[in-house]
Amino acid sequence: MTTSSMHRPANIEELQDFVRASQNIRVCGAGTKPSLSSGAIVSTSGMSGILEYEPSEYTFTALAGTPLSEIRDALAENGQLFPFDPPLVEAGATLGGTTASGLSGPGRFRYGGIRDFILGVKMVTGEGRAVFGGGKVVKNAAGFDIPKLVTGSLGRLGVLVELTFKVFPIPETWTTIRADFRGLDTGNLAMIRLAMAQEELQCLDLEPSGRLWLRLGGLSAAVDGRVDRVRKLLQQVDAGVNVEVLSGTDDVHVWDDAREFRWVPENYQLIKLPVSSAQVVTAEQLLTEAGFESARRYSVGGNVLWLAIPESVGSDEVDRLCQQLGRPALALTGSWSDPQRGPRQGQAFAERLLTVFDPDSRFETAATA
Amino acid sequence: MSAEPDSASAQNITAFFAELSRIYSADRILTNNAQLAPYESDGLTCFRARPCGVVLPETQQEVIDTVRLCHRFEMPFIARGSGTSLSGGAVPIENGLVIAMNRMNKILDYDAEQLTAVVEPGVINLKVSQHVAGDRLYYAPDPSSGPVCTIGGNVAFNSGGAHCLKYGMTSNHVLGIKAVLPDGEIVNLGGDSLESVGQDLTGMFIGSEGLFGVALEVTLRLLPKPEKYYTLQAAYDSLEKAGNAVAMVVASGLLPGAMEIMDRLSMDAADAAIGAGYPQDAAAVLIVELEGTTDEVEAEMPLLHSVIEESGAYIVEAAKDDAHRTKIWTGRKSAFSAVGRLSPDFIVQDGVVPRTRLAEALAEIERLSGEYGIRVANVFHAGDGNLHPLVMFDGREEGALHKAEELSGEIIRLCIRLGGSITGEHGVGLEKRMYLGEMYGEDDIEFMHRLQHAVDPQKLANRGKKLPAATAPALLTRGAHPLEKQGVIFRD
Repeated sequence: MTTSSMHRPANIEELQDFVRASQNIRVCGAGTKPSLSSGAIVSTSGMSGILEYEPSEYTFTALAGTPLSEIRDALAENGQLFPFDPPLVEAGATLGGTTASGLSGPGRFRYGGIRDFILGVKMVTGEGRAVFGGGKVVKNAAGFDIPKLVTGSLGRLGVLVELTFKVFPIPETWTTIRADFRGLDTGNLAMIRLAMAQEELQCLDLEPSGRLWLRLGGLSAAVDGRVDRVRKLLQQVDAGVNVEVLSGTDDVHVWDDAREFRWVPENYQLIKLPVSSAQVVTAEQLLTEAGFESARRYSVGGNVLWLAIPESVGSDEVDRLCQQLGRPALALTGSWSDPQRGPRQGQAFAERLLTVFDPDSRFETAATA
Repeated sequence: MSAEPDSASAQNITAFFAELSRIYSADRILTNNAQLAPYESDGLTCFRARPCGVVLPETQQEVIDTVRLCHRFEMPFIARGSGTSLSGGAVPIENGLVIAMNRMNKILDYDAEQLTAVVEPGVINLKVSQHVAGDRLYYAPDPSSGPVCTIGGNVAFNSGGAHCLKYGMTSNHVLGIKAVLPDGEIVNLGGDSLESVGQDLTGMFIGSEGLFGVALEVTLRLLPKPEKYYTLQAAYDSLEKAGNAVAMVVASGLLPGAMEIMDRLSMDAADAAIGAGYPQDAAAVLIVELEGTTDEVEAEMPLLHSVIEESGAYIVEAAKDDAHRTKIWTGRKSAFSAVGRLSPDFIVQDGVVPRTRLAEALAEIERLSGEYGIRVANVFHAGDGNLHPLVMFDGREEGALHKAEELSGEIIRLCIRLGGSITGEHGVGLEKRMYLGEMYGEDDIEFMHRLQHAVDPQKLANRGKKLPAATAPALLTRGAHPLEKQGVIFRD
């Protein structure tokens, strides 16, 4: 599909007309996750901008095509941030694309992921209907939770148009701790201990070498004391652990790089695998046995494996890994017949809901076809 | 074999109970009036309905078999926990079946290292935190009914509590659900990881008020218990000042675990009930709770004190120890039941307004209270604009309930008008169905009906709750329940 044939509706009415007149609809935002947006025929880039932002409410509403960076800057001016720490902000990711892909970054460790902070959605369904779900206040139990349902739905249920999110204040100061353990086993053990501890870490990521990354956020008056406590906990796991404390721009760079996946080698395909910290060691063994090259990062206290593999590695290999781990996977880059791999749960429920969201299968070519 | 909707109902009912008795021993099928009475209503006692029976399953298979049987006989059913719903959500369907889940109360799995627990739906909310306390973990959602209410009920209604500002509601703490859909199909939604791939079916199931089926197993996310709490109670000579203090705390960049306000009337109630000992002349008290690591909380304390001082509080009392903290929270959490000391009956609403419109909302509630001549006590989760006006009346007085309902309705409409929600955490239930269409557009409501229809075409699962009465005849593609045709039961 060439760019010239891409439709860019400027408002919801144009989008509704487009949907009613189209088939095989795949949507894209900024295209930062090519495996999800390749072949898109409609872009949300014509529907961009923050509609409402009241800092004292901890909420904002923006159009789906709004770049995350624009919202991040507006939030930062008011001392607030995205608590779910969305990835690919610098790469240009949009709010709608991030929601539809269900992606959160390392900072989601502290308070929760994108599904925990979405409050409301306006969308266009397969019948070209505009549907509103959720609300615009931080707490709401009325109606079905359509905002949560569409999070991660990969464009299968409709086109997201307008989204409302809850936000939080930015901590006064950030500090990063880098701890180099002897190997993966010890690093993983430390990660598990720290996830259970009362240290209220913002981020907790592990590299396969046994390097653990931790981030603290809070008042500067408390930082030294908190760092000392974390250091002691790390040393309890391995007295010989090498601990470095990073602050200022050093701290910022660590997490910018993680969030933007700058560690992924060029021409590698990036895959998200939800796992648990109990599976980290197994996953490493399976990858060694599989025998292909890969770069990896275990994020969110071991709840997600970001796996980067060369393009030469086929989908069979990924499917096998999914099967072995009993986990689904989502390919963000590369070329895939279906970027969603591995087992799928709740199909009987999903299929029934789909008959209402997309009765004529207009979005069938979207990612979960 | 399938039930014939047109067949004589009495025969059908007999056949239905004959089948039920193949699943349950006689002592776990309740049918006589005395046994059924406790199940006729829930926490909102003004709604009542008589079920045809109550079953007490002890295994998942029994629940599944029961749902399948109901489907076969087109018998409407409701799964019920402890019946603490404040929206009428757990009121039975007239002549329908109640599946009482309280005996499904096992904690099936607990993994401290993974911070997860898999529980049956009849497990009591507070029991989860007690079970994991030894590892300094807890289950965050803390509805005031926590010592009584069940996880299954929490899931059905996406229950909240005082600490939602920072940690969200039930849906933010449930990772996976095994459920039986209304036609008996079993689904596994989500899993045990914080992360997932694909649409969030778990999130969609939660808060569906029983319309999408019955949860059999729930995987909960646990959190490390905050090391230190710092709970402060500030007294104000006006409700408005207390409201403004909340805005000031938010503006300061602090993120307290909870911010609660009680007005004079609710303080009087709590005093009468448990001798909470609130300042006699205060118009409002604000409770703010900081939580976190000791270092962090100690660094935040002076900041909080300076904000509270600036906000015009004339008495500031900080909890000296755990016992003192418990006392402050007991006062707050007792307010609902305590209002019973002041009034024989009350309706509690839980509408939400944008935090910046709190003062406006409270002034309007006060005006309405005067206009109707009905006392309204206010306790609310101020941090997230979640009101809890307690509208007091005496049900023995002719027309009193009706008038109280009217006032309640005006308060709900006020919340909608101010850009909020008709319910923050109690759910729509029976009570707020007619207002849902004022919060959402007609199209949105129709869409919700279609979702229900797609999952449960016969509307067997908790029929008549959450959604306003369906008017579109196209939705009713199936024949009416035999009892409905006889005029014994009613749809919506």
